[in-house]
Amino acid sequence: MKGGGLRAYAILYLLFLYAPILLLPIFAFNSGTVIAFPLKGFTTQWFAQMVGNDSMRRALGNSLTIAVCASIFATCLGIFAARASTRFEFPAKGPIMGLIMLPLVLPEIIVSISLLVVLLSLGVKLNILTVILGHTLICMPYATVILSTAFNSLDRSLEEAAYDLGETKWSAFRLVILPLVMPGIISSLLMSFTISLDEFIIAFFLAGNEPTLPTYIFSQLRFPKQIPTIMALGTVLVVMSIILLTIAEYFRRRGIAKTGAKDTGGFL
Amino acid sequence: MTTPASSTAAHRARTAAARPMIECRGIQKHYGDYHALRGIDLTIRAGEFFSLLGPSGCGKTTLLRTIAGFEDIQSGVILIDGQDMDGVQANARPTNMVFQSYAIFPHLTVAENVGFGLRRDPRSKAEKAAAVEEALEMVGLKGYGKRASHALSGGQRQRVALARALILKPKVLLLDEPLSALDRKMREQMQVELIKLQRQVGITFVLVTHDQEEALVMSDRIAVMFEGQIAQLDGPEALYARPTSRRVANFIGVMNFLPAHVLGDTPDGVEVEVPGLGRVEIPAKNVSSKDPDDEGPSVGFRPEAVSLVGAGQPVQGRVTEGVIDEVVYYGDMTYYDVRLDGSASFDGKARPIRIAMRNVFGREVQDVGTRAKVSWSPGSLVLFR
Amino acid sequence: MASGNRSQSVQGLTLISPPLAYALLVMAAPLLTILAYSFLKDGYLTVVREFTLENYRAVWTDPIVRTIMLRSLGVAALVTLVTVVLAFPVAYFLSFVVSPSRKSMWLFLITIPFWTSYLIRVFLWKVILGYNGVVNSGLKTLGIIEQPLSFLLYNVNSMVITLAHAYAPFAILPIFIALEKIDRSLLEAGRDLGESRAMTFWRVTLPLAMPGVVAAALIVFIPTIGDYVTPALIGGGKIPMIANLIQSQMLDLDNRPLGSALAVTAMLIVAVFSLIFVALNRRFLKVRQ
Repeated sequence: MKGGGLRAYAILYLLFLYAPILLLPIFAFNSGTVIAFPLKGFTTQWFAQMVGNDSMRRALGNSLTIAVCASIFATCLGIFAARASTRFEFPAKGPIMGLIMLPLVLPEIIVSISLLVVLLSLGVKLNILTVILGHTLICMPYATVILSTAFNSLDRSLEEAAYDLGETKWSAFRLVILPLVMPGIISSLLMSFTISLDEFIIAFFLAGNEPTLPTYIFSQLRFPKQIPTIMALGTVLVVMSIILLTIAEYFRRRGIAKTGAKDTGGFL
Repeated sequence: MTTPASSTAAHRARTAAARPMIECRGIQKHYGDYHALRGIDLTIRAGEFFSLLGPSGCGKTTLLRTIAGFEDIQSGVILIDGQDMDGVQANARPTNMVFQSYAIFPHLTVAENVGFGLRRDPRSKAEKAAAVEEALEMVGLKGYGKRASHALSGGQRQRVALARALILKPKVLLLDEPLSALDRKMREQMQVELIKLQRQVGITFVLVTHDQEEALVMSDRIAVMFEGQIAQLDGPEALYARPTSRRVANFIGVMNFLPAHVLGDTPDGVEVEVPGLGRVEIPAKNVSSKDPDDEGPSVGFRPEAVSLVGAGQPVQGRVTEGVIDEVVYYGDMTYYDVRLDGSASFDGKARPIRIAMRNVFGREVQDVGTRAKVSWSPGSLVLFR
Repeated sequence: MASGNRSQSVQGLTLISPPLAYALLVMAAPLLTILAYSFLKDGYLTVVREFTLENYRAVWTDPIVRTIMLRSLGVAALVTLVTVVLAFPVAYFLSFVVSPSRKSMWLFLITIPFWTSYLIRVFLWKVILGYNGVVNSGLKTLGIIEQPLSFLLYNVNSMVITLAHAYAPFAILPIFIALEKIDRSLLEAGRDLGESRAMTFWRVTLPLAMPGVVAAALIVFIPTIGDYVTPALIGGGKIPMIANLIQSQMLDLDNRPLGSALAVTAMLIVAVFSLIFVALNRRFLKVRQ
């Protein structure tokens, strides 16, 4: 009965991790207007209210635009960084890669405030473009890590073989490298999309008057009346995140299976 | 297999007179401070099975990749079939490569892998499919076309890599340690198959290997490389029997060395005095004068070139006596280390020589400490001076 | 495909230049601007171009700032400690007990909550711990308490719980990776040499897992000390941390030089702690070699 105590502890820990998320749907479908026990009854009116809410729809539209753009930009930049770091040796490689990965360990408040100060003093108008700017920056290290794994698991002689068999540098990349790292690219897009969709601080400082879903939620939390609707919105967001992540994980594993490498763990 | 397999001797006689296929002249290659190739001059003839043999880091793979066009050279010329390869990229060279890892595209089927290089071929789809099937049949993988490539075994991957390269009918096939990933049995089987395949397609094969046995088994000629230079270029028999330096002799198999005192040249060779063996005349073709070692002149001979003579057995060549120092039993062979009488007379150092005897039923393995007669012939001695 | 050293460097630098340029423009340049601002004088709503160390003097001597800084450090340290201590057994369980085929699934389960909206998770803790929240209303319904427990919300404890929850997966992963790297025969050797299971853990497993623990601590510490949402929501705005202070100086009071000095100071603190952690990690790595 090895690890029985540990297993019980791990399950309790998972419960602690999931507690808030599990409460979300419970209150989203609860007809009471106050978030408290005992539960009143089952209702879907909060979801209906959420769908009918104009400013929420606007926030959703903004968030989706930002997330799509930021994930594409971050993944493109990540492809460059990952390819350069896995395939070439160049001067100051360590510091350069460190700089690109820095947003991962820099408190977001510092990133957003410093960017805000510069944008304001340049007279740039704050809108969703400035949020895309910031989100691309913080998604870039994640994209780079995911794509580096994808590029790294490639045998370098695959590329040389394609070249040896008469392809050009570009067609070798298109016919061999790209199909093999495609799962990594999809995984990076989904991951960046998820991060951008949930990101609050940068959107809070850089969006100007444009709402995104998290900043909209933040602004509504002051009004107790709105909370059940926010619960419904939260439920939708969490379900979306889980679906996206599951797809990302599926592609990551398929990528590993395709290149015949060993699975060495999950995200990050 | 439609063409009858010709004898190795006939094949070698034919290729020895063939036109040059690859000519390397004065090739130099640096990686930063590291001098990888230090002036390679080499001619490989059309239809030859040629090997580059050497320890890791000797530059053999670099030389192969230089011929393939994957590495730039700082100076020198490479001609393939008379054409200067300067500025010709790897994808435009008449060479194809079998990679050490085989580099089978994991996202493509076996047939798609084999047909990969035919993308720009103007032939119809059906003709290309037939060519792929033919190539697969040639390497013994008939009917494997639809299989997923990542499910193949090591030997099968290698066959796919071969088919993929040969389908393009290159002038030269380059093989980078192609057998090193296989287990021993599979390796021995593939050695034989590769020879047959090479005779069948008639393409020049250039093989890189660190395994001397593999090179000796398969090659028509072998270039032994050390530290970015070719130390010796010869056929397998000559390389084994008459290495021109102690280093080559040690890299290919085992060789006994005894110090020699050169007495003078004779009409047919060189006369030397060797402690333990006495006065010997070494035939001129067995005399090498380019050995860079400065340990002074020495004679060398293979453990199989000497034998223990049992009581009452007839003696061939000359006989010397000694004491058995060590016996190592290997099943099919027994190695004896024997201290020859008088072998320490030169400087007082004992230099036991190793003798390899095939174990035959009815012949007893001798024990340590016994006195034994050792027979040898002057023709199997090599002199390094 | 030519791969001389020079062309390697040129191709590598060409490839890396777009992401590098992006990081320089969008991150490095703004950070340098902040650094420059922190040495300038504040005129009302403008910045006076005059060198001064006044901002740093203000930051380092003002008792309110000092309190907030110390509180941030304290909360971050406490969160780091709690997170790592709670996470270690889970990482150990994952690495040593879970069968290899199910490890991916466990890791996936653990990482999912991390990727769901941080804001909503933080808010939910407010809902759970609040005066009329899930815990209090639940306990009241069950008849265990009559008056709501007031120590649950708007204090440092509730912030620690919330943050520890938010960064839990961040702590598990590095420890798990370090544990996975341990050669299992080392543990058998420990037992073979006569140590008990507990002593083997203490003398072999723990020292070898230390680099993972150090990495986990760093990964939790950095975002925690700069957290903005939790003090705003859970602390009810009454117990601000560095991030809230920076925000109010920069935007509400529009004192950019002072705000910049605060931001630079916060970065320095993070950098100093990072260096300490990295140095610790080096030490452990050296011992391993």
